[in-house]
Amino acid sequence: MFRASPLPDKQTRTMLPFKRNRRQILPGFGLSMGYTVFYLSAIVIVPLATLVAGSFRIAPDLFVNTVTSPRVLASYRLSLSTALIAAMFNAFFGFLTAWTLVRYRFPGRKVLDALVDLPFALPTAVAGICFATLYSPVGWVGQFLGRFDIQLINAPSGIVIALIFIGFPFVVRTVQPVLAELEPEIEEAAHSLGASRWQAFRRILLPHIFPALLTGVTLSFARAIGEYGSVIFIAGNLPFRTEIAPLMIMSKLDQFDYDGAAAVALVLLLISFSMLLVLNSVQRWQEKAYR
Amino acid sequence: MQTGPNPDKTALRHRTGTSHQDPLAVRVILIFLTLLFFGGFVFLPLALVFAEGFRKGAAVYIESIREPYAIAALELTLTTAAIVVPLNAVFGVAAAWAVSKFTFRGKTFLVSLLDLPFAVSPVIAGLIFVLLLGSRTTLGSWLGEHGIKLIFSTPGIVIATLFVTFPFVARELIPLMESQGREEEEAAVTLGAKGWQVFSIVTLPNIRWGLLYGMILCMARSIGEFGAVSVVSGHIRGMTNTIPLHVEILYSEYNYAASFAVASILVFLALATIVVRSIMENALHNQQQTQF
Amino acid sequence: MAPVTVSISEPAFFLPVFNQYEETNKGNHIMNFTRFTRSQVTAGLLLFSGFFASAVQAAPANVTLLNVSYDPTRELYQAENAAFTSYWKQKTGQTVTINQSHGGSGKQARAVIDGLEADVVTLALAYDIDAIADSKLIATNWQQRLPQNSTPYTSTIVFVVRKGNPKHIRSWDDLVKPGTSVITPNPKTSGGARWNYLAAWGYKQKQTGSATQAKAFVKALYKNVPVLDTGARGSTLTFTQRGLGDVLIAWENEAHLVIREFGADKFEIVAPPVSILAEPPVAIVDRNVDRHGTRKVAEAYLNYLYTPQAQEIIARNSYRPRNITVFRKYASSFPNIRLFTIRELFGTWRQAQKTHFSDGGTFDQIYAP
Repeated sequence: MFRASPLPDKQTRTMLPFKRNRRQILPGFGLSMGYTVFYLSAIVIVPLATLVAGSFRIAPDLFVNTVTSPRVLASYRLSLSTALIAAMFNAFFGFLTAWTLVRYRFPGRKVLDALVDLPFALPTAVAGICFATLYSPVGWVGQFLGRFDIQLINAPSGIVIALIFIGFPFVVRTVQPVLAELEPEIEEAAHSLGASRWQAFRRILLPHIFPALLTGVTLSFARAIGEYGSVIFIAGNLPFRTEIAPLMIMSKLDQFDYDGAAAVALVLLLISFSMLLVLNSVQRWQEKAYR
Repeated sequence: MQTGPNPDKTALRHRTGTSHQDPLAVRVILIFLTLLFFGGFVFLPLALVFAEGFRKGAAVYIESIREPYAIAALELTLTTAAIVVPLNAVFGVAAAWAVSKFTFRGKTFLVSLLDLPFAVSPVIAGLIFVLLLGSRTTLGSWLGEHGIKLIFSTPGIVIATLFVTFPFVARELIPLMESQGREEEEAAVTLGAKGWQVFSIVTLPNIRWGLLYGMILCMARSIGEFGAVSVVSGHIRGMTNTIPLHVEILYSEYNYAASFAVASILVFLALATIVVRSIMENALHNQQQTQF
Repeated sequence: MAPVTVSISEPAFFLPVFNQYEETNKGNHIMNFTRFTRSQVTAGLLLFSGFFASAVQAAPANVTLLNVSYDPTRELYQAENAAFTSYWKQKTGQTVTINQSHGGSGKQARAVIDGLEADVVTLALAYDIDAIADSKLIATNWQQRLPQNSTPYTSTIVFVVRKGNPKHIRSWDDLVKPGTSVITPNPKTSGGARWNYLAAWGYKQKQTGSATQAKAFVKALYKNVPVLDTGARGSTLTFTQRGLGDVLIAWENEAHLVIREFGADKFEIVAPPVSILAEPPVAIVDRNVDRHGTRKVAEAYLNYLYTPQAQEIIARNSYRPRNITVFRKYASSFPNIRLFTIRELFGTWRQAQKTHFSDGGTFDQIYAP
């Protein structure tokens, strides 16, 4: 990433990591970048480095054994798959919400718009308790579902419900501004050229919104992989079936196994970080391609 | 996370451009689906919070909110937010300035690092500060010998919250400032403006709504954070319990009415952002009308 | 943000276009800036006061203790702390404030290890205090320093069933019947759950004399468990509030609390004929009391728990008092259960932990696919 590019382009070659391109005239690069790197290091990098260093203290074979034990693998699989399903749901409903909020006028729209942020403000534990209560056999929704013999909590579906809740603001809030910024003229042009509504949507709108949608979905996915507070109330926490990866970290900590916890946490962190890196690269690449 | 132009203004534009307005049936179906989704995922939990909070009557509700431990928890929560939001706002502006106004290698990597706290499990977020500052570590034991308490007291809660809400302002501002380009600032520099002048006179007016949106999100998340704070708090009643932790404690004491009553404070704080945002949006609207 | 305020003073050399821009926005600008500045000042002050408030120690005339305890003891220590405070005031004239922290036993032990400055710990099982002793905060002989293995009260594990006991649950063997749904927390994250697990295991091992059969029994029992909550209170709520399960395995004191809180018309307690003697221990955290200068009052506090007055409070909160006289007085609320100790069947807590609950232990084995 940081090695000088082998490209013959002179300008690219002189661009060193975190060093400004000399052609720029705006001031404040040193100050803003310096502060950014300092604050980033103090709050994020150094603490996370402690975790990485902690995992390196363990013997490599022990590390591998810990993170590849069947139960830990099962928990990674569960966390990743439920987060992915929730992200898919959020892609659809988040997009839908952003669409209706931006394009349509109906009573209560502003209230809906504001309530999108609720999952951030409501403590995850309260959310977990609420859903567990609602969907329990004696709860408002659970009673109804019980008549059809459907039980959503204490099963992977319960985890998905909690993860949809905590993740959907990310999608709405990334798609909404892009959708709002979209010039209606583009669509009108498409219509006047004889494109059907659906064609205009697929060919014109969707490609334009896709990068933002991707950002939102990935952020909600990344957040969902690590979610703990809301999920443990609704998951059931049965080994191999409904035990999420963050719970594995917790149960290792409760046995005073700091190293094991750090190992499981590190792998979880690497998965999330590579997700973000891929996303941001795709997004930058998309933006360049689009412009 | 980014903020475009005022959605209301765009909506106005869309309403007038009738040629591409969706058919009524489509509109009704989509609005219905959205409401259905909100019904299941937002209104039901919200209704439950209030139904449970008021189950034992308004007197119990008010009593549980006014109880000293609840007040202490509210104070701690608001103190934390009051420290965290400005710090992360300053950082967000600096980071957005560096990322959006300059080209440099490793930008994608840097932006991904900024996003990282979103992807870190709250449990891990708490854990790393315990690993860093806990008394088993060199740094932690040094702090302990000098009588400085960081974790299991207010500073620890602040630090963990800083971490969890770290990206919000930056994430909001970067796309906004990138879309605005750097021409205006460059023009100001050419005209002889110095660094801070460029920022305060050209950039800040352009980004202040985005900045405030980011701060509101940051605020919402910092008052609601549970997992990370739970790990570093120590749960000392009346001292290191934030509102979310207090809710959990009341719940564990089988004191549901009180627990949901206190949780509803957080709902009110979240709903207060509706008001703030409406005021902001209206102000922006008026300002744009005077401007053009 | 701070320098922004400074730059409001308009630079004279600026072209009119900038001035104009500035003017149209002036009202808003100033409003926003003052708000920023004020909140920043407040934030700064709060930050500093936060740092200092937590760094300053209590004055010796008034003494403060921090009791770090496990979840179910909230009500118990609320009463005990009030009683001790007035006792200590009478005896020494000193005002003692006892702060409480509650949570899962293992998590609480970890917090103390990581620097939560507890003067005394009152946890669910000896293993958690052993872990604190391992990090040299407590003398390793802590369990010999106070009477009766440093456990001022005991408890046991019983069943809570729905009113009328529709599944006719009488003993441990009824829990493994097909179609019986059992609620118990996760032994990995809950101290109470470990007592539950060992009680079931011990029952079968005593009955058959075989660890293999005990393991098969426990495996069958956990087949009937649909939810493993992370704490004992979580399980109680799953059973009572969510309507899941036919039987809840719980601490005896929690079972009584369920009846008090949710009504005898909804639930009833079933005492199995055999169960485990649960001994939740207490200890002084030597390093912290020496640093705080609170050893004397902390020792007095823990010793007070053995006095008849404190034992009465213990009995009223449905824990089994150690004091024979008090126990006899409240005997009617403690059904006659044959109790075996952990030492009898499992050795020390460290051994029990390693065999059953550490990674790869019997609990992991019964879940292995």
